[in-house]
Amino acid sequence: MNTSSRKFNAISGHVVLVIFALIAILPLALVAINSVKNSADVTEDPLSLPTGFNFQNFIDAWSYGNFGLGFMNSLVLTATTVVVVLVLSSLAGYVLAGKKVRSWPVIMVYFTMAMTVPIQLFLFPLYSGFAQLGLLDNVPAVGVVLAAINMPFGVFMMRTFFLNVPAELEEAAFVDGVNTFQLIRHILFPVVRPGLITVGVIVGLNAWNEFLITSTFLQNSSTKTLTLGFLSMNGTFSTDLGVMMAGAMILIVPVLAIFIALQRYVVDGLASGSVKG
Amino acid sequence: MTLSLKTPSRNALDARQGVRSRKTFHRRRTIINYLLLAPALLLSIVVVVVPGILTAVASFTDWDGLGFSANFVGTDNFTDIFNDPTFYTALGNNIKWVLLFLTIPVALGLLTASLLLRRKKTRTLYQVIYLMPYVLAPVVNAMVWLSIIYNPHGGVVGYLRDRGMSIEPPLANLDMSIYAVAGVDMWHYWGFLTVIYLGAMRQTPVEQVEAAMVEGANAFQIFRHVYLPNIRATLLLMGVMIVIFSFLAFDYVYLLTQGGPAHSSEVMGTYAYAFAFSSFQFGKAAAVGLIMSFFGLVASFVYTWLSRRDLSK
Repeated sequence: MNTSSRKFNAISGHVVLVIFALIAILPLALVAINSVKNSADVTEDPLSLPTGFNFQNFIDAWSYGNFGLGFMNSLVLTATTVVVVLVLSSLAGYVLAGKKVRSWPVIMVYFTMAMTVPIQLFLFPLYSGFAQLGLLDNVPAVGVVLAAINMPFGVFMMRTFFLNVPAELEEAAFVDGVNTFQLIRHILFPVVRPGLITVGVIVGLNAWNEFLITSTFLQNSSTKTLTLGFLSMNGTFSTDLGVMMAGAMILIVPVLAIFIALQRYVVDGLASGSVKG
Repeated sequence: MTLSLKTPSRNALDARQGVRSRKTFHRRRTIINYLLLAPALLLSIVVVVVPGILTAVASFTDWDGLGFSANFVGTDNFTDIFNDPTFYTALGNNIKWVLLFLTIPVALGLLTASLLLRRKKTRTLYQVIYLMPYVLAPVVNAMVWLSIIYNPHGGVVGYLRDRGMSIEPPLANLDMSIYAVAGVDMWHYWGFLTVIYLGAMRQTPVEQVEAAMVEGANAFQIFRHVYLPNIRATLLLMGVMIVIFSFLAFDYVYLLTQGGPAHSSEVMGTYAYAFAFSSFQFGKAAAVGLIMSFFGLVASFVYTWLSRRDLSK
């Protein structure tokens, strides 16, 4: 291959990458430019750049979508899911990584199957059970359900991280007379901290973004999550596109900010290949 | 003399005690290990397995989901479903979903991943951009496309129509609705495959790539004969994952069209959901859930079998 065709290849490669970057970003850019425009201007020409800055859209979206309450509910839901998954999956991942129980292969196969089980296979009786127990509209309880759904991913990830802990480290600790819980807290936790962040951020995003379970179990206006509050604006405000786009911005910006801040963990976690689509 | 008699017996005693204490130590450790494993396992069983078994039972009843009373109706639910043309629309749409997702996002993912392989400086930036739609909530993505792109009154589609282009609102069109919905889902999904494939390609041994270069292979030949064979396992595994999740598709369909217009974009997920929460026929919903799961489970067995090598590490 001569240098000019090599250069051509390099440039055409970049063009392709930029085109796909635009495909990913353009719909989000449309949200950004239209979130500060008056509704009439959006309807007239959604592609034009804003001439002013209509901050009222954000105030309206915040109050109509009940975003204050939504943020609180989403935080409680996500925190519950993340804490439950992190604690339970690191305990299980530790045992499975060390092959410390004889039935570990069966348990691994179980979690692999559980990871791919459709929600619709257990949704309807689970809903009915929650109704019987009076747990519908209970945000932490729904957080525990999401934790159960995310558990296989957490277990696999944590197991992979525990595999990196040298066995000698653990043996040395036992010789020094350290008990299991001291071992986990002072020796294993520091080593697997990146794993905890990875699982925390990916499971956190899953819980924050969840739709099927939350929309089914949280029907009361006082228990709606942020995304459900935004969804309830559709219909009433589908004609006021400026406010809709401002609402979308309020949901998009914090998630993208956290994603960009922790992108290393997200990308590494996803690249490990054991995440649901 | 007394001393020499005493010494071995004490050693034997010590040894016996040592064996016993080591045994109890091991038994205690095993119990502790099972206790550490139990919470994750129990939570998964209570939330997933028990209701899953109940679904299988409920599919043979006329359960309304409200109480525990239900009558056994044999295979009536399944007969009704198999006689319902909507079921076949839904099944057909799930199969279209599989075919679309196995081609378009996979091709885009492979193309972008192979282009990013040699771009060490910009690699992270591109991956972050490609993943942006993936990390956003389906509710947000769906509402964005619904209101600012597909919307005939104020969206991009409306803008083009106002300027004389004869495009129909995609979500309201019987022939296009399923593709319009799948388009949004693929837009949100393909960047994930880029990251997965790039991660796998980077595991390719450098010597293989260098050897191919020395022999004068061009970029495509290196991709085809070096990288592709190396990521075969990942391609297969992701393919199986795509099949599984295509049969479970729900979020984007429900948010964008609720299966409409006239059931044209119905998938099994929305079809089951409507039985449960629109007409309170939980028995029928359970039956559809079971049928969906069958397709998913077949793929899931394949997935478990394919990943057996990873599991036994």
